[in-house]
Amino acid sequence: MTTVSSASPAFSGNDPANRLYGPLPDVAGDAGYDGDHPARVGFFTDTSVCIGCKACEVACKEWNMLPMDDADGVRDRMGLTGMSYDNTGMLGANSWRHVAFVEQSRPVDLPMPGVGLPGAGGTPGAHGLADGSQTRQDSVLNAEALAEFDPQTGRSADREIRWLMSSDVCKHCTHAGCLDVCPTGALFRTEFGTVVVQGDICNGCGYCVPACPYGVIDQRKDDGRVFKCTLCYDRTLDGLMPACATACPTESIQFGNLDELQARADARLATLKEQGVQTARLYGRDEGDGVGGAGAFFLLLDEPEVYGLPPDPVVPTRDLPALWKSAGAAAAVMLGVIASAVLGSRRPR
Amino acid sequence: MTGGTAQPGGGAQPGGVAQPGGGWRRADGPSAHDRERRRRGRGGSERLGRRPGAADGAPVVADAEFGSYYGRPIIKEPVWKTPDVPLYLFLGGAAGTSAALGSLADATGRPALARSGRLTAGAASVLSVGWLIHDLGRPERFLHMLRVLKPTSPLSVGSYILAPFSAAAGATAAVELLGWFPRLKRFGSAVSALFGGPMATYTAVLFANTAVPSWKEPGRELPFVFAGSAMAAGGGLTMAFTPVAEAGPSRGTAVAGAALELAVMRRVENGHGVVSEPFHEGKAGRYLKAARACTAAGAGLTLLAGRRRAGAVAAGALLAAGSLLTRFGVYEAGMASARDPKYTVVPQRERIAAREDTGSLVR
Repeated sequence: MTTVSSASPAFSGNDPANRLYGPLPDVAGDAGYDGDHPARVGFFTDTSVCIGCKACEVACKEWNMLPMDDADGVRDRMGLTGMSYDNTGMLGANSWRHVAFVEQSRPVDLPMPGVGLPGAGGTPGAHGLADGSQTRQDSVLNAEALAEFDPQTGRSADREIRWLMSSDVCKHCTHAGCLDVCPTGALFRTEFGTVVVQGDICNGCGYCVPACPYGVIDQRKDDGRVFKCTLCYDRTLDGLMPACATACPTESIQFGNLDELQARADARLATLKEQGVQTARLYGRDEGDGVGGAGAFFLLLDEPEVYGLPPDPVVPTRDLPALWKSAGAAAAVMLGVIASAVLGSRRPR
Repeated sequence: MTGGTAQPGGGAQPGGVAQPGGGWRRADGPSAHDRERRRRGRGGSERLGRRPGAADGAPVVADAEFGSYYGRPIIKEPVWKTPDVPLYLFLGGAAGTSAALGSLADATGRPALARSGRLTAGAASVLSVGWLIHDLGRPERFLHMLRVLKPTSPLSVGSYILAPFSAAAGATAAVELLGWFPRLKRFGSAVSALFGGPMATYTAVLFANTAVPSWKEPGRELPFVFAGSAMAAGGGLTMAFTPVAEAGPSRGTAVAGAALELAVMRRVENGHGVVSEPFHEGKAGRYLKAARACTAAGAGLTLLAGRRRAGAVAAGALLAAGSLLTRFGVYEAGMASARDPKYTVVPQRERIAAREDTGSLVR
């Protein structure tokens, strides 16, 4: 029997102001769960301590029995991307964790004449940037600051090298594009506030794939259905941590109740800023962003797009009312034109 | 790599690092300048038609103005198949227009136009359902589309437009062919006419309600493109199948539709900055150029020779071809915009910059 789905808060009526976007304090409650549902869970991925070991990818593949594929999602093919140590390439139907590797360098310029003495101010290794200004300990890669706390950076001749590593995952958005557009109800919001695909319902229409502003969910070509991270729904139901978080050796991937993770992330960001890592920022933490905040959020050391993340993601459904208004107007124009063409042309004798 | 015009850190670091992101650049490969020159020389990654930077082993590097992860796509390219989906759009539009024409023609005493309108609508709607089901990854589960009604999903709402429309249009055509139940025929025809408009335009919402930049940004214009394209196709097809004496409404609909399609498509192709680019390049550019030519020629021919049998057939065929090519062009432009991270990053960066500008004004 057909029912009007309450999978999206749009029609549950609990949060009328934020139906299609904006913060939702109780995302599972808005999806129709009653008051005593468990707290919303999520991931906090702190990329500043990621060592790129890919244990998360392996643990995820093993636990969820995901098939092998190459960086373009081609099943049972082993391929090297040739671009970095990253041969997973992207999140997809068969990769629910993806460790991004970004190798960056910057020149260590000789001090410009007249700018100051090298090593002045008791900072050996301090150096002028290309525009001649003196760096303070305000970006993540000052040699001294790094030597103390950053395992991801090294120095080679006149260049500093750093590796950014980040384990990407489904964001389990507050307003999830995939969930909003799924026509069959295969995608649903769990009592933990996560977003999961029911394999026995999905008919492979593929609409969720372009609806995700992060490019997470994808179709398994030989299967026809779509797959993505479930935040180990089976494990969380039994009170276990998701496989990736369990396997992570550096606690770069932290699992827990979302509000606790958010507090922990805020504290971690403050610590890093204090240590001079001015480029650190939280991604997906802001509940006022285009997806109402993410259930899985990140601490990044560079711009999101450097890691392959969209800088300002917005759930497509935010604009849905305007789109329907426009479509309604277009349909009215169409019927009007046809009616006037019929009425306005000469009758055949 | 971190780009130049992007403002990394933006408001987040008021202390100010002298260079964006502390001056970090992607380490491997030649300098950004060389890469940029080479990229320009090669004509860009988007023509390769596959996910760049993977199979050929040579990471295609993004424009200097934006950052990306080895030039790899950020959003996923839609997994919809071609020609399934463009054909579905075309047939749905043509069916919607023909159904409305057929019903109104019957009410105004044009039996031949009523018949050809109903038959065209029936055939096109049944075919469109076929293509839609064929596009599913699990076609045998097509009825799952009607499991729930989900107001947030244009495809769910669309299923509840398509189902009654195609049922009514198909049944009307069948009854028309058999010559039974004239009253039922009239009722079915009226139902399909009512659903005809939404049938032709809901697919634009379907496309626009995605993260695909070249569908999302012109989202409010796309329904008018699709409505115009539908009228050109439906008017053209019924014009070709109807004696010219009764085909006046088809000609009027087709010409008005072609004009609407050309006018609004022009805005889609030029009014959205960087996101309009894919409409001019590669496969999409070629399709849309041909579409413009066909649609304009078809409309012109309708006005000049639409009252002669041969002219009507030729003009109808041209208009239908133009509509079909427009659908393919819009589809391919979206696919191209999904493949290149530029179209995802640049507009979002602009959005952030605009927000920060207003923010500083407020402060």
